[in-house]
Amino acid sequence: MPGKTKVMKKPVRTLADQSYLLEVVKGLGTTLKHFFQGTGQMVSGNVPDAVKYPLAEGIATISYPEEKRPYAERWRGVHRLTHRDDGSPRCVACLCCSTACPAQCIYIKPGEYPEGDKRRGYERYPVEFVIDELRCIFCGFCVEACPCDAIRMDTGTHMTAFDEKSAFIYDKDKLMSIVSQHGTQKSENPRHEPGEATHPGIDRLRGGH
Amino acid sequence: MLFWISTTLKVLVAIGFLAQVAAILLWVERKQSAMMQNRIGPNRATIKIGRFEIRAAGLVHSIADGIKMVWKADWEPTGGDHLLYRLAPIIAIVPALCLCAVIPFGPTVFIDHARDLYDPAWATDAAVAARSVPLQIANLDVGVLFVFAVAGAGVIGAALAGWSSDNKFSLMGGLRAASQMVSYEVAMGISLVGAMMIYQTVRLDEMVTWQMQNCWGIFVQPVAFVLFCTAAIAETKRVPFDTPEGESELVAGYFTEYAGLKMAMFASGEFVEVCVSSALITTIFLGGWQFPFVQLTGFEFHYFGINISWHWAHFIVVLVSFLSFCLKCVFLIFMQLQVRWTLPRFRYDQIMKLGWRMLLPAALLNVLVTGTVLLFLNSPGAH
Repeated sequence: MPGKTKVMKKPVRTLADQSYLLEVVKGLGTTLKHFFQGTGQMVSGNVPDAVKYPLAEGIATISYPEEKRPYAERWRGVHRLTHRDDGSPRCVACLCCSTACPAQCIYIKPGEYPEGDKRRGYERYPVEFVIDELRCIFCGFCVEACPCDAIRMDTGTHMTAFDEKSAFIYDKDKLMSIVSQHGTQKSENPRHEPGEATHPGIDRLRGGH
Repeated sequence: MLFWISTTLKVLVAIGFLAQVAAILLWVERKQSAMMQNRIGPNRATIKIGRFEIRAAGLVHSIADGIKMVWKADWEPTGGDHLLYRLAPIIAIVPALCLCAVIPFGPTVFIDHARDLYDPAWATDAAVAARSVPLQIANLDVGVLFVFAVAGAGVIGAALAGWSSDNKFSLMGGLRAASQMVSYEVAMGISLVGAMMIYQTVRLDEMVTWQMQNCWGIFVQPVAFVLFCTAAIAETKRVPFDTPEGESELVAGYFTEYAGLKMAMFASGEFVEVCVSSALITTIFLGGWQFPFVQLTGFEFHYFGINISWHWAHFIVVLVSFLSFCLKCVFLIFMQLQVRWTLPRFRYDQIMKLGWRMLLPAALLNVLVTGTVLLFLNSPGAH
């Protein structure tokens, strides 16, 4: 079955195009229009807010860093480690993120909770949690891999440009001090500690051993 | 005595003005291009005095650039010709500065009669004429020919800079500059022949007088106006005729190897050329210092059966004429910058074709048509 063919008309070069002068005048008209529009906006102070209305007519400059274009909610910024209610990291040191990491920039040293802690036997905690932000490719696989919502990239901030390499190695304290773009250090998903009534799974009390 | 004092003053004012032109035009160009391209342009350079911050809408950037240019390392290529290398920026900028000497920027001022109504008898009265100051540095008989001679010398600077830099890019830039400027000099000169035939003079002040008494040159020589403007822009070596420095091919062309103030001299020389060529176009085609309907006696409108005569004192006419000249120049400079930021760069062969195959024949045709028309108008049977 023959497909539909759209026949394009070949542009014809008229004498006016060929002489170039008319086109020069047209071009000058366009640039003059923009010039007077821009100058009018600058003089009258009616410069459109390029952050809110990026497609508005006229001057489109965003005066970075005083003005910034907001990032999308799902934009992947610098990592942070989310907190529990008691301020300890939600991370259970399962090593899912460091396993998923294609850049191999996450190092976790897991540790057992001390004898008698109610979390002992259920989960471990990170003694060390280090991300080499220079190796990181900001793919977000660690966030996808995390079963506990413990690592997130919702900070909305860039990597800062430090002047020494060691400053890019973010340790646990540094990662836990970073807040999300809404200013919280927690996650929106509730955390249920073993032993709490809301805990959905099997635990020592309900499992019967 | 009066001659020496006034001439010195005029030279100082002209040179002082042209020396500042580069800094101001640099700002104008940045801001104008920014406005055209929906940007706000440079505005970060700040002078801090205590709590006060002066940004002056980006004008401080010109000062910052000046300071930067002064303190840059005055590096020189190890090969090449050192004498010519140092001479080239001077040769490039001096002709442009010289050109302003022959441009009349106002009518002759009769000092003793500042408050009187203009009387044509003043010019012929030896006593009064001795106490008069023409607002033109050098009233040369050769006028336009001097302009061509000196403007032609500007090419030597670019060519020498390219040659003495010991750099292939510079050499290519210098070659292109030389061939381009020589080509357009021809079209430029011939495009003005028609105007000279109509004005019956090559003196620039007499050209303005003719335009004041009859009509502006752009109306009797529209083709020559377009040709001359094109050639003048080509002579300044700015976009769309900037193949001599075409960044994408030649780094910076003939001044690739120049740094600091020497580079600044080339850059400001370009701006001075823009300014001077605007003044030239004003003088030859836009009535020079004449404001529409203003004669030496004041406002005169005698068309369509309407007769308005509003006499002004001599000094007011001079002032209006001078401001009118400045206004026309500013407008033309504005348009030249607008052209520079509107049109894309021509290819080198396109520039050569435009110069030799389009402008030159058009200019010759213009001479032919003008001559024929003048012959018919001046023949005994015409009146």
